[in-house]
Amino acid sequence: MIASDAIIKSLEREGVDIIFGYSGAAVCPIYESLRRSGIKHILVRQEQSAAHNANGYARISGKAGVCIVTSGPGATNILTGIATAYMDSVPMVIITGQVGSKFIGKDVFQEIDTVGTTASFTKHNYLVKNAKDLPKIIKEAFYIARTGRPGPVLIDIPLDIQKQQIDFNYPTTIDIRGYRPVTVGHGRQIERAIKKIKESERPVVCAGGGVLLSDASKELREFIKKVNLPTVVTLMGIGSVETNSENYYGMVGSHGQGYANRIISQSDLIIAIGTRIADRSTISQSARDTAMIHIDIDAAEIGKNLDVDIPVVGDAKNILNVLIEKTEFTVSDEWLREVREIKDSYTQGEQDYKGMNPRRAIKFVSDITDDSVILIGDVGQNQMWCARNFEIRGDRRFLTSGGLGTMGCSLPISIGAKIGAPDRTVISVMGDGGLQMLISELGVVRENGLDIKIILFNNQRLGMVRELQEKQYGKGCIHGVVFEHSPDFVKIAEGFGLKGTRVISNEEFERVFKDSLNMDEAFFIEVTVDPDFSTI
Amino acid sequence: MNRHILSILVENQSGVLSKVSGLFTRRGYNIDSLSVGETESPDISRMTITLRRGEQDVEQIKKQLNKLIDVIKVIELKKEDSVCRELLLIKVKADIKTRADIIGISGIFKASIVDVGKESLILELTGASEKADAFIEILKPYGILECHRTGITALKRENS
Repeated sequence: MIASDAIIKSLEREGVDIIFGYSGAAVCPIYESLRRSGIKHILVRQEQSAAHNANGYARISGKAGVCIVTSGPGATNILTGIATAYMDSVPMVIITGQVGSKFIGKDVFQEIDTVGTTASFTKHNYLVKNAKDLPKIIKEAFYIARTGRPGPVLIDIPLDIQKQQIDFNYPTTIDIRGYRPVTVGHGRQIERAIKKIKESERPVVCAGGGVLLSDASKELREFIKKVNLPTVVTLMGIGSVETNSENYYGMVGSHGQGYANRIISQSDLIIAIGTRIADRSTISQSARDTAMIHIDIDAAEIGKNLDVDIPVVGDAKNILNVLIEKTEFTVSDEWLREVREIKDSYTQGEQDYKGMNPRRAIKFVSDITDDSVILIGDVGQNQMWCARNFEIRGDRRFLTSGGLGTMGCSLPISIGAKIGAPDRTVISVMGDGGLQMLISELGVVRENGLDIKIILFNNQRLGMVRELQEKQYGKGCIHGVVFEHSPDFVKIAEGFGLKGTRVISNEEFERVFKDSLNMDEAFFIEVTVDPDFSTI
Repeated sequence: MNRHILSILVENQSGVLSKVSGLFTRRGYNIDSLSVGETESPDISRMTITLRRGEQDVEQIKKQLNKLIDVIKVIELKKEDSVCRELLLIKVKADIKTRADIIGISGIFKASIVDVGKESLILELTGASEKADAFIEILKPYGILECHRTGITALKRENS
């Protein structure tokens, strides 16, 4: 069998039925085999988007996303998308074409050291040297991407290798001596953790994206309810706990709710689950003198940023199930009263803003959509407007680039999410900076008839950087953040074959957005926002 | 900050050295010395890396190394429980007046003379790093022309 057929056959064995990609000279044999297969291919407009598509698809479907791009510029373009997935631990297999084996190192046309370039932000990568190794490598790649702490795995395949003849035998077992992920938490450590929670007076749970990656929202909700634990989430942890739960106390961190940070700083025990305790989710005052239980599948995250008293390495779902089973006590009423008081003392009292209020718009979106809606926030102000105002109910999901903070990812991530869950409502929220980065993906939305509602908050600038500059250098000290010329976005959307409209007030937005939900096709809403409107 | 010796078993494949050294660079850790070579199994290589860092950093490095798929095992070697050796090649100025002196010193250090020229000698010494340090120190007054140390290679002792 020709190796390119073996590649596609191997993908089929892994249950792949969709690939996000962009063709090119160094992947022609693979594309020919792909053409003759039953696997659907989504043609992106820029390779970066292929990885973002796979990202949204993976997070919603629970399967590893798959991308194929060509060598050289195909590989360099996709780097940002791979790094985005790496920082947020998204399972993904990326196949890149490479120049023929004998040309490697000769700086030939469209040659780049893909494996060297991606080493620091892939979970693992391969440069294929023997065609006969392909089935084994592909099997390993999926296993590595999906298990343990998930992440992107890249396979670089030289052109000549794709054309060689091999015997196709797909391995049934896997044995990688350098890779043995721990999933079951250490029994003794879990017992110590339970004892510690019982003895603590002011415990709080902090849930991160790992809870969602491990599909443990149900278990987390059950555990915090059973023990009556106050719970906060990180940006990536949004979705793990219902926001109307009486145990929920907001998002922590630099852009989180004040009361969430306050509760963390008042606590005597933090139970961190599936979070790497990133810089943005910790504020300087919090977590000092507070004991910590850290549950994470990646041992290297434990103790990396903060000292930990009780580490528990393993899968969150697994460990939470043990915690549910073995915990027979509830948190003191006194502490619960205190956290409620803290929360009440921060009653937000949203000022009565006269113009278009994007926060109110997100609240409206949240109020009128169903319990399975998926909201994708981009990066910057719009991300935080979403994170702070979108309510989590039922199976709702909030996706965003939390680690790398990749502007422009919302549109392609929502494309992947919609493909992963065609029956769910998918809403992409973006700013005008982010949208212009990968605006061409509107073509993919149209081409594939994807019903995605796209909300553009247009303030003609990079709003969050503008805020940062003014905070550091004084009012008016802004530079390189204003788009002096803004295109007619609605016309652009129309040019791509999508319907859309521009609104300038909340009333108008509410009417238009509500109507758009009744259409079974994409709709683009440009919302004009005051440039001075703040993030928080 | 103490010196730590990490003995790392890795898949004997191209690209693995760069993944391991890249990890140190990317996380901002300096390598003091690195030696690498095949083990008793041809498909496994052993890397011996020495570095000066605090305990916590070394813990973190070990964990990060363990995350690399091509890394099979990471062991921290304690000096007292292991045999640590280094190979030193040193080219020293040696003329008719000083040659005998240097040969004498080499004898004391059990170094071998591997090349004799009109104006220099190349000496080879194997031993603990401290021994190599002392040897270099003694030879300095004669004029060191070139010097190359392999860095530590080490194995854990049986009863430790």
